Amino acid sequence: MASVGDARLADAPREAWWPQVLPVVLVLSAFGVYATFRAFEGAFYEWGPYLSPFYSPLIDAHHHYWPFSPALLILGGPLGFRVTCYYYRKAYYRAFFLDPPACSVAERPGRHYSGETKFPFILQNAHRYFLYLAVVFLAFLWHDAVRGFFFGDGMGVGVGSVVLLVNVILLTLYLFSCHSLRHLAGGKLDCFSCTTFGCPRHSTWRGLSVLNERHMLFAWLSLFSVGFADFYVRLVSSGAIRDPRLL
Amino acid sequence: MAEAVLKIFRGTSEGGATAEYRVPVAPGMVVLDALHHVQKHAAPDLAVRWNCKAGKCGSCSAEVNGRPRLTCKTRMDSLPQDQAITILPMKSFPVIKDLVTDVSWNYKVNKKIPPFTPRPGADWKFSQADIDRVQEFRKCIECFLCQNVCHVVRDHGKQEQFGGPRFFVRVAGLEMHPLDGLSRTKLLKDELGIGFCNITKCCTEVCPEGIHITDNAIIPLKERVVDDFYDPVLRLVRKIRGAGKAADH
Repeated sequence: MASVGDARLADAPREAWWPQVLPVVLVLSAFGVYATFRAFEGAFYEWGPYLSPFYSPLIDAHHHYWPFSPALLILGGPLGFRVTCYYYRKAYYRAFFLDPPACSVAERPGRHYSGETKFPFILQNAHRYFLYLAVVFLAFLWHDAVRGFFFGDGMGVGVGSVVLLVNVILLTLYLFSCHSLRHLAGGKLDCFSCTTFGCPRHSTWRGLSVLNERHMLFAWLSLFSVGFADFYVRLVSSGAIRDPRLL
Repeated sequence: MAEAVLKIFRGTSEGGATAEYRVPVAPGMVVLDALHHVQKHAAPDLAVRWNCKAGKCGSCSAEVNGRPRLTCKTRMDSLPQDQAITILPMKSFPVIKDLVTDVSWNYKVNKKIPPFTPRPGADWKFSQADIDRVQEFRKCIECFLCQNVCHVVRDHGKQEQFGGPRFFVRVAGLEMHPLDGLSRTKLLKDELGIGFCNITKCCTEVCPEGIHITDNAIIPLKERVVDDFYDPVLRLVRKIRGAGKAADH
């Protein structure tokens, strides 16, 4: 389609796109580097009742069948859930692929663009399968969070117990605000009132929609919390700090 | 009275350049007021499309300081006063003259969409809960700012393969209608190219009606396309159900 072209936009003030993109690049890169290091480290993931979320569920910790870090067996699930997440897709398409860098900032000319119609990005359509996996992981993380209150000398509350609990709450909010879950719970229906269980499905869909409006917030908060929970367990497990008992 | 400098595009699809005009700024003034002032006092031949001046007709879309907006909803005091205000026609559509663009591509896309088709024997009563979602989509004023800002159209020129956010909103309104009996997922996938959308939410950011285009229309439609074309388990379930129904008959 012919238009006057970019020449007429030469006079237009350019939207500042760096301030929008840079924090995303920095945070996601930093998290990626830290998570990769921790996944391969294969140590300092457990202390007392605490288990790092990067290693949960803990499989073959004694290397009977798997000689490498146990985190490598499981991290694909949560990673896939985040990579295919509708919010993170927006974040990294803009920040890493500059596709687009900002809404009214032109992309580099001459690039072939196929969006999510071809490999590898067509695989984003598997998000719901990662959601199913994430539900299983979340169940394990809740188990770990509850276990974090049971010390060798009985029930108690350490800083780590609170860290793991806050983390699992944020992860739950992130999962329950998922677009795919909202669709599966009721969004896929055209008529709530003419379907079996339509009324509870409408209520569920409406509740999930409220959470869904804050999906971006939960995506970031849970990313920070999961990183911090692992970091805290590592500090305690390596002896760098003592876990203060609150109760 | 304070004065603003406007740099307005003057020209056609053959070419053009911005011209500067000085406009007195009154309290409550919007960019469209400033354009009318220019028309009245300095350039009577300035072409501007407008109608209601109330943010409801969707006619006065333009790019103000590089951002797609309705000029009737952009207050002058919301823009930096210490520099010229640049007003350009929408980038994604061919210019007819000055700020008026040819948006006819949108009407061609619209024709591809099968209209509301009620289910046979539909009961013409439905509850409010069933129609809440669709009512949000009915707020669209067809200003085409979302079409203009979408990078699939704006930067990649996929007009032939892509429908654009406005028409995903329209399809969502039909697909989620409790009485509609037609599936448009194949149309979404093959002709409206919903897969080209990489959900970067620019359409939502510029929508003057505040429609949650990405979260409430495009992503739910993408999920419906996944249901029908990319979910092997659902495909299997449909096959088994289909075989069951065939056996019953």
